[in-house]
Amino acid sequence: MGVEIRVDDLTKSFGKQLIWGDVTLTIPAGEICVMLGPSGTGKSVFLKTLIGLIKPDRGSIIIEGTDIASCSERDLYEIRKLFGVLFQDGAMFGSMNLYDNVAFPLREHTKKTESEIRDVVMEKMDLVGLVGSEDKLPGEISGGMRKRAGLARALVLDPEIVLFDEPDSGLDPVRTAFLNQLIVDLNAQIDATFLIVTHDINTARTVPDNIGLLYHRHLAMFGPREMLLSSEEPVVRQFLNAQKVGPIGMSEEKDADELAAEKDQELPPLPPIPMQLDPSNGIPRRSQRPPGEWCRENGVTPPPGSFESANAGLAPGV
Amino acid sequence: MSSLTASRALAPIGTAGKLFAFALDVGRAVFRRPFQLREFLQQAWFIASVTIVPTALVAIPFGAVIALQVGGLIKQFGAQSFTGSASVLAVIQQAAPIGTALLIAGAGGSAIAADLGARKIREELDAMMVLGIDPIHRLVVPRVLACMLVAFFLNGMVSVVGVAGGYVFNVVLQDGTPGAYVASFTALAQLPDLWIGLLKALVFGLIAAIVASYKGMNAGGGPKGVGDAVNESVVITFLLLFVANFVLSMIYLQVVPPKTG
Repeated sequence: MGVEIRVDDLTKSFGKQLIWGDVTLTIPAGEICVMLGPSGTGKSVFLKTLIGLIKPDRGSIIIEGTDIASCSERDLYEIRKLFGVLFQDGAMFGSMNLYDNVAFPLREHTKKTESEIRDVVMEKMDLVGLVGSEDKLPGEISGGMRKRAGLARALVLDPEIVLFDEPDSGLDPVRTAFLNQLIVDLNAQIDATFLIVTHDINTARTVPDNIGLLYHRHLAMFGPREMLLSSEEPVVRQFLNAQKVGPIGMSEEKDADELAAEKDQELPPLPPIPMQLDPSNGIPRRSQRPPGEWCRENGVTPPPGSFESANAGLAPGV
Repeated sequence: MSSLTASRALAPIGTAGKLFAFALDVGRAVFRRPFQLREFLQQAWFIASVTIVPTALVAIPFGAVIALQVGGLIKQFGAQSFTGSASVLAVIQQAAPIGTALLIAGAGGSAIAADLGARKIREELDAMMVLGIDPIHRLVVPRVLACMLVAFFLNGMVSVVGVAGGYVFNVVLQDGTPGAYVASFTALAQLPDLWIGLLKALVFGLIAAIVASYKGMNAGGGPKGVGDAVNESVVITFLLLFVANFVLSMIYLQVVPPKTG
């Protein structure tokens, strides 16, 4: 049923360079969350901190009562068995073919026989649509296939938490759409906690239950999808709607002059909030909330035209 | 400013400390079950296959040079009957472990550093840790043991090839008598000389593999980082090997009395 991740006051710097500070959030069990942020704001570092590959300077990450930031190496390896991680380029073991790659965690951690392993591996390969490519080496296949193979390997131990490091980087829009659908279907099927790190706003607007935004070395906002998509907060608004007007500049943040020049500029109206992506069988996921519920409960009027189409809402029409 | 200089000056000590800590981690992981037999055999075979031929080719001239040098020198003292003994001592105690070490570090170590470095930048090592598998236990321990094993046997090979090379050069080029060369083996050389040679080879294999693994696993910054890691691992290994050789030789010469007559 997924596991909750409680992050409290997390701070990390490399040398004197602060990456992000005082990040506090709770990733609810079984829900899909997206962590957004402009390039170079330490999204991947955040993800690696969550799995204990990088030690934070301060703060705690509590998963099932264990603090990842301060627990022993042995506990860390134990708790990591709850995780499935999809790395940016799939991180497949180059010396093994796809079948052995996916079978690897099973062979290391379970006492399953080869035929049981074969069943599990083929099931996961089928899930990501890679049946027939088991004998290929990671070097012989495209980036999209490597990602899907990485996903199959991440899922093979039936994780409670699945982390995606930029699942859409380097993929064409069609493959990205398929992958997003796959993510939603998977969540409906296994009910694990999903965290997606990305800067693709299309994904961010339609896939998750919750969105977080890392900006300027802190967590600018974290909350339900509709809260961020209807937010008037300048940074959130600028990033989620891919606008040039706002505090984010080409290099990190804009300086005072640029901001002053923009002061009188009319902000474009918020685009409508799109429908959330449904699982392909049409049955809503357990953690899915009805469209517009958050807005109604909190007395927020969503932008006109919201919840009418699944279009990400950035292009006019449709 | 002063703190900056201080931190820069102290940086090598930090690196040395990390390397030592890494070695301790490896030492602890050696005893963890299950032992990765398959990886160990594969690596041993791989390291042997890249080192055997070059080592043999290096060993022949090595033995010959020593034979020529020692032979010439000993002739001036008028002690030709000890030529065999002297060159055996030199080959087994010094030349064989050093020759082995150079090739283990140059061929085996660089391959290990490049392999682990490439895995590091492709996030394979991260993926492995996330899958709950300790790369030190899974990848480094088999490599270290394989390196030690291969170094041990290569040392034996270099000893044999070197002594044989010395024999050929002494007998053919320096007009030494075959019988005298062979018969004098035991005059100065003794069994502990062989043990120290083998012990050195084991230690050198250990150092080469640890440094190469450490550097490979801490490679960073893309393909260039891997190249740098390989380069640094070879240089650092050479430095450490010669220091280790010096220390081991000193201790040996102090502890084991030389054989007389």
